Amino acid sequence: MSDLEVLVSQAESDFLAAPDVSALEQAKARYLGKAGSLTERLKGLGKLDPDARKEAGAAINVAKQKVEMALEARREALRRAALEARLAEEALDVTLPGRGSGRGGLHPVSRTLERIEKLFRGIGFDVADGPEIETDFHNFTALNTPENHPARSMHDTFYLEGASDVMLRTHTSPIQVRYMQAHVARHAAAPVMPEIRIIAPGRVYRVDSDATHSPMFHQVEGLWVGESVSFADLKGVVSDFLHRFFETDQLDVRFRPSFFPFTEPSAEIDVAFMSGPLAGRWLEIAGCGMVHPNVLGHCGIDSERYTGFAFGFGPDRLTMLRYGINDLRLFYDGDVRFLSQFR
Amino acid sequence: MQFSENWLRSFVDPAIDTAALSHLLTMAGLEVEELHPAAAAFSGVVVAEVLSVAPHPDADRLRVCQVNTGGEPLQIVCGAPNVAAGMKVPCATVGAKLPGIDIKRAKLRGVESNGMLCSARELGISDEASGLLALPGDAPVGQDIRDYLDLDDHVFVIKLTPNRADCFGMQGIAREVSALTGTPVRLAEWTPAPVAIADVLPVRIDADDLCGRFSGRVIRGVNARAQTPDWMKRRLERAGMRSISILVDISNYVMLEMNRPNHVFDLDKVQGGLSVRWARTGEKLELLNEQTIELTPDCGVIADDRGVESFAGIMGGASTACSDDTRNIYVEAAFWLPDAIQGRARRYGFSSEAAHRFERGVDFADTVAGVERVTGLILELCGGQAGPIDDQITRLPERRPVRLRPARAARVLGMDLGEEAIATLLGRLGLSFVRDAGDFIVQPPSWRFDLEIEVDLIEELARLHGYDNFPTTPPVGRLAMPESCEARRDAYALRHLMADRDYQEVINFAFVEASWEGDFAGNGQPVVLANPIASQMSVMRSTLLSGLVDNVATNRRRQIDRVRVFEIGRCFAKDANAEPVPGYRQTLRIAGLAWGPVFAEQWGAQGRPVDFFDLKADVEALLWPHQAEFAVASHPAVHPGRSASISLDGIVIGHIGELHPELVQRYELGTPPVVFEVDVDPLLAVPMPAHRVMSRQPSVRRDLAFVLPRATSAGSLLAGLRKAAPDIVRDIALFDLYQGKGIADTEKGFAFRIVMQDTERTLADAEVDAAVQQLVSYAEGEFGAKLRT
Repeated sequence: MSDLEVLVSQAESDFLAAPDVSALEQAKARYLGKAGSLTERLKGLGKLDPDARKEAGAAINVAKQKVEMALEARREALRRAALEARLAEEALDVTLPGRGSGRGGLHPVSRTLERIEKLFRGIGFDVADGPEIETDFHNFTALNTPENHPARSMHDTFYLEGASDVMLRTHTSPIQVRYMQAHVARHAAAPVMPEIRIIAPGRVYRVDSDATHSPMFHQVEGLWVGESVSFADLKGVVSDFLHRFFETDQLDVRFRPSFFPFTEPSAEIDVAFMSGPLAGRWLEIAGCGMVHPNVLGHCGIDSERYTGFAFGFGPDRLTMLRYGINDLRLFYDGDVRFLSQFR
Repeated sequence: MQFSENWLRSFVDPAIDTAALSHLLTMAGLEVEELHPAAAAFSGVVVAEVLSVAPHPDADRLRVCQVNTGGEPLQIVCGAPNVAAGMKVPCATVGAKLPGIDIKRAKLRGVESNGMLCSARELGISDEASGLLALPGDAPVGQDIRDYLDLDDHVFVIKLTPNRADCFGMQGIAREVSALTGTPVRLAEWTPAPVAIADVLPVRIDADDLCGRFSGRVIRGVNARAQTPDWMKRRLERAGMRSISILVDISNYVMLEMNRPNHVFDLDKVQGGLSVRWARTGEKLELLNEQTIELTPDCGVIADDRGVESFAGIMGGASTACSDDTRNIYVEAAFWLPDAIQGRARRYGFSSEAAHRFERGVDFADTVAGVERVTGLILELCGGQAGPIDDQITRLPERRPVRLRPARAARVLGMDLGEEAIATLLGRLGLSFVRDAGDFIVQPPSWRFDLEIEVDLIEELARLHGYDNFPTTPPVGRLAMPESCEARRDAYALRHLMADRDYQEVINFAFVEASWEGDFAGNGQPVVLANPIASQMSVMRSTLLSGLVDNVATNRRRQIDRVRVFEIGRCFAKDANAEPVPGYRQTLRIAGLAWGPVFAEQWGAQGRPVDFFDLKADVEALLWPHQAEFAVASHPAVHPGRSASISLDGIVIGHIGELHPELVQRYELGTPPVVFEVDVDPLLAVPMPAHRVMSRQPSVRRDLAFVLPRATSAGSLLAGLRKAAPDIVRDIALFDLYQGKGIADTEKGFAFRIVMQDTERTLADAEVDAAVQQLVSYAEGEFGAKLRT
């Protein structure tokens, strides 16, 4: 082995032995620095005759390249090792929980109302709104329930002090009355009145309070008036809605004759689940019927030409059935442990 | 309406079982709410006579009885206190099955017993358990007690809708069952009583808008102490009525049977004749229920020469009530106009069987039949001699024929029933009709008050045909795309935004305690309920804040230490000019509250209480992209130094602040919540995004630090700077607030970032310097600011 080869081999092993960058740079100086052994040899070339200089120079340059490669390889290795060490150092416990703000949620009844709105918007229903303190006319009279009508005792009404002709609405049907009146006025000049398709969600009030009755609760009423709206359509829309709302075909829906002053024929709607804890029991869930001609008349609609149906659901009850809640009062108690279950 | 199935089947007896009958009624609109057997299931119990009673040799409370059940006398040990020789009792013989017990031959304290004498409770008839069920002396020994007491029966409770007043009697329900099944109905039989005396009580009808018909008769010499027969008692009891005395029972029985309310006066207590008239102001009447009422002129009465005797069509008076000593009576059956009865009883806070019926409408054709039926039963059960019937008709409701068009029915129902089927259904309902071209001209009967217009008949057809038998069709409608207004959002967008910012939605009652209105809204004139359900729910809220604060108190009591809630709801205030209901402003608002630590306790975030500025950021997010102005403003519920109004385009739309310390203490909240409340309406309109060309020129940033008096409002300084800035200034933002070391206690430091840019060219240094100088001069001149170095 020539002494240059020995030197290269010595340099390679010195570099490998350098534990860090500064040791490596010191080792480098010993070979490639100003006084380094390879540098010294290059300086010594001048003393040789031209032929020998050429030969020896080439040999030294080969050796120098080898040393530089070894140096570069070691530098890269040390850089990699340092990076590895830093990455290991910086490792996180990724299983720690995420940080910062949490999330709240909608009230379960709001959740239901939003779903109901979405379902009905899907078949072209608009959403209408109206006041909660209502006039006697809109809450009762226009709905074919004149003063002293026995049907008024079906609704235990909250009245206001100092005013006999206003009350807290007992249902959201007055919204329908207001909507129909406005609709008729808007389309007075049209040869055919455009169809009315609305739902009217909102809070309603009745003097009643126990596990299944709250003095304030919700209703969603629906109304479809047009030139060819029939009882069969009513059955179709309502039963479609119930299957979509509960997201199951395993649900029987039946229509049972009943009485409401503002519809005729009128029906109660019962549902029975085919499975689950309530399987096989008929549960009263809504009222509906064909809009009474007197109601259409009060709103300025020709009842001979147009027919319509109306229905009213209790979103509170739908919510209870949907999520298996058994006490209505939980909805209005503000207990965040209960409410936060519906996020 | 409650009744015995066997009683119903005595009028109409279709070949269907109890369950099927119940389903039939329910699906016809007479909803069966309750159905239970008249007695428990048992067998082997017969009528027995106790022959002798001897003491038990080994037990004080037991007796050894010899009992006749029709065969050899049986020895039975009995513990009932009322057992006595000669009494008739139900006896469960060996082999009998009672609820929970099988009767076997047994020894009781050494004495053989071959059966058991029974109480009503042991037979599941009633809860009466104090002794043996004593049977009448004429009960036939050996007869199965189920037959003897007619126990193979069911009690139906049906919920009648207000339109079906005709079904408040057995005959009406029987008619309905007949219509539904096609089984013929046999109505109650009565024959005119023989007129034995000539006595007539003079009756004058002075108000034909009160009474349309008045029928009555005198009966003399009745025995008011006669026993009510068991069959009648049973039917009354199974109809939910107690047996009271023979005359009252007969009156009630006929009311239930024929749906024909009637009244029996003690004739000897009537002074002179009767007059039917409206009450006079101030007249008083003691009713049968012992309530004394003061009548108003819209109440109908029956009066005698002395004064008011009875509340017409609603309840009899105490002064002419029958007693055990009554001998001579006047039986009355009238037709009272529904309008004249409606609402009256309710106004006095009671209800009665008669009022319930008359206000919905009672058959006006059967008053005489009713009097005859009552007479027949009285003569049979109490004896006596009847006078002639006095029947006065003043004004009866009209029953106008109703035209029914099959095509219209098909249009309303969505299915063509066909003329033949319509004719059959009308016939089953007992409705007579004639044909006119294709139409049916239908004559409504006197007992139906709900058949006035065509759709009333269409409903009858639908009901009888069965709602289940109509198609369930998906509706057909015109497909038009709904409007989708980009510049509007709905309240659900607000709900989701709040939920995303860690708020839980609540729904609180709209009626609150009156004191809350004072505390949270400074409202001394709230909208007050006339009939609140409870005193703490007596006024309508004008702010949502009270409910949210109450939610904190409630949850705090349940050991929750962090509450973030919001509600969207209406607030109510008196306002003469409000629309659409004059007098009441009903504004939809959204309110939020945060209480406790700003974050739920966690490993990576510093715990600190939520503060004004946390909530302000939430409000800004809720209003985004609107830029609201916040200004110092007071609010009754809020800490005066931590309180701001929220305005949009110069109009105040809400308020934000930390709850007033006094309220924190009063409502036991521990630490103060921060709250806001904003009108919903202005939040629903959102601006359409508008695109602006971006500048390609470089921007320049300069920071300005000012020292200012402590009281300086950041908002007004910022607004002023923005206004004072030349066009090249794109943005001014506050990025630091400094108080403490290095500046006086009366001062504070604000640092602003100023970003400048021109759309066309690179800004020259001189321009930038001039703009900065302009802002510095403004701050110095208007706010007394010093540039901090």
